[in-house]
Amino acid sequence: MMIISLLSDICLLLGGILTLTGALGLLRLPSFYTRLHAASVTESLAAPLLIIGIILDTGFTLDSAKLILIIVIMVVSNPTITHALCRAAAHGGYTPDMQNKEKSQTQTDTCAKESK
Amino acid sequence: MIAAAIVALLITLALTLTRAFLGPSIYDQILAVNSFGTKTVLLIVVAGHALNWFSYVDIALMYALVNFVGTLAVMRFFEQYKPEGEQS
Amino acid sequence: MIENLHLLINVSLLAFLVLIVFAAINTNNLFVATMLFGIFSFVTALLFLDLDAVDVAFTEAAVGAGFTTVLMLSALRLTGAFENVKHRHSVLGLLIVVLTGAALIYGTADFPSMGDANAAVHLNLAPEFIQLTQEKIDIPNVVTAVLASFRGYDTFGETVVVFSAGVAVLLLLGMGHVEPKQEPEQNIVLWIVVKPFIALILIFGLYVQFHGDFGAGGGFQAGVIFASGFILYSLVFGESYARKVIPSSILPRFAALGVIIYGVTGLASLLGDKPFLDYNALSSNPVSGQHIGILLVEAGVGLAVFATVLLIFYSFSGVNHNE
Repeated sequence: MMIISLLSDICLLLGGILTLTGALGLLRLPSFYTRLHAASVTESLAAPLLIIGIILDTGFTLDSAKLILIIVIMVVSNPTITHALCRAAAHGGYTPDMQNKEKSQTQTDTCAKESK
Repeated sequence: MIAAAIVALLITLALTLTRAFLGPSIYDQILAVNSFGTKTVLLIVVAGHALNWFSYVDIALMYALVNFVGTLAVMRFFEQYKPEGEQS
Repeated sequence: MIENLHLLINVSLLAFLVLIVFAAINTNNLFVATMLFGIFSFVTALLFLDLDAVDVAFTEAAVGAGFTTVLMLSALRLTGAFENVKHRHSVLGLLIVVLTGAALIYGTADFPSMGDANAAVHLNLAPEFIQLTQEKIDIPNVVTAVLASFRGYDTFGETVVVFSAGVAVLLLLGMGHVEPKQEPEQNIVLWIVVKPFIALILIFGLYVQFHGDFGAGGGFQAGVIFASGFILYSLVFGESYARKVIPSSILPRFAALGVIIYGVTGLASLLGDKPFLDYNALSSNPVSGQHIGILLVEAGVGLAVFATVLLIFYSFSGVNHNE
């Protein structure tokens, strides 16, 4: 049907745009905790939209049921990872810099020395 | 429209990889690697449907689970390693 | 348009592989290198999918991105996470690598083009296997038919190899003993979310095991996925609790049981007056005999791989690092 095909196209288009937005945020935002927000947009909104677009294109088969299961898994597991990562960073001594907005990177990123 | 979604996903993969290389702290890198895994699952679903890959849904399902386990493993081991002494 | 999409995906993924490897070589932190090799396995599995090799992609994802990453991280916990920086660059090494690579690339000029239907590898046994699978075994997945029935003796050897890897790790490390005080900190969100997840992973492992005849899957992949569920439990709740769920003494016995199941299926064929591992002897109807044989054999493989993977993980996590 035409309307289902149109809905599928809209979902795929929106999903693609939101994925790009999330990735751009991941690249350009200034500190780790803000990048965490950007990444979680992608995983919680863009991923279900893209998969719903594919479900509407596939029709009502076994594959669609498994794709719905994939959406459920992603919506449950990615916020858990975000929470666990945030907590690990906070316990590891990597605190967000709330007051001083100009000098953000070099002074308070306490883990910046370790990785390179 | 599916082709546009695939191109968008490939660009996203490239951008996420850049953050995985650059990230000044290791938590940025863990985040970027987890994000890369999620985008890979999406790429399998979208490209699998467009290019008619065989049995792509099972593999996407398994990637979603394995990504979770792998990222948790990295965080758990990094947490256990860090308080015991860091060389920097 | 489909051709262009194929080309675009192939070129992009190969470019990602090169970039990932350069980043992994350049970094000093071995945690980062391990994670980057995890994504390397993801991208390689995508490439395998694009080449229509579904079972290989499945195994690469399950083993390379899941289990190998966890194993390398366990090893890093024992050795230390930073690479010793060497300040000498070897010109001789670079020369040898470049010459060998150039010789290999020159050798590929003699290959037939990729996907050529007249290549020698496609002309001898492959059409025969495809036809015989339809006639004699009657399952849709030709890879499983070749693995479990036509080349069943070879797969028996592979199962024994997996078992002996487990034995070697046991001889070198032993499974150790974990003190109950090494519990991870209390993280309510993780505890609540992970419990249904583990159930889902285990059910999915069983689905992959028994669905291997019809889609991608089989014993090897199912064993690794099933073990990943228990590894997840051990990561989140602590190794001492994981060892109460599956005691470490039971794992070598499960691994041996898997190999024995495979061997006994072959011996049962001998009792039916047929060669070793000829499943036609297992039932009055040869086709259903093949089905029964493949089912038993894949169960043996799955059990052996599950036990060995979990055994290796227990060994690595049971080593007492310096207290």
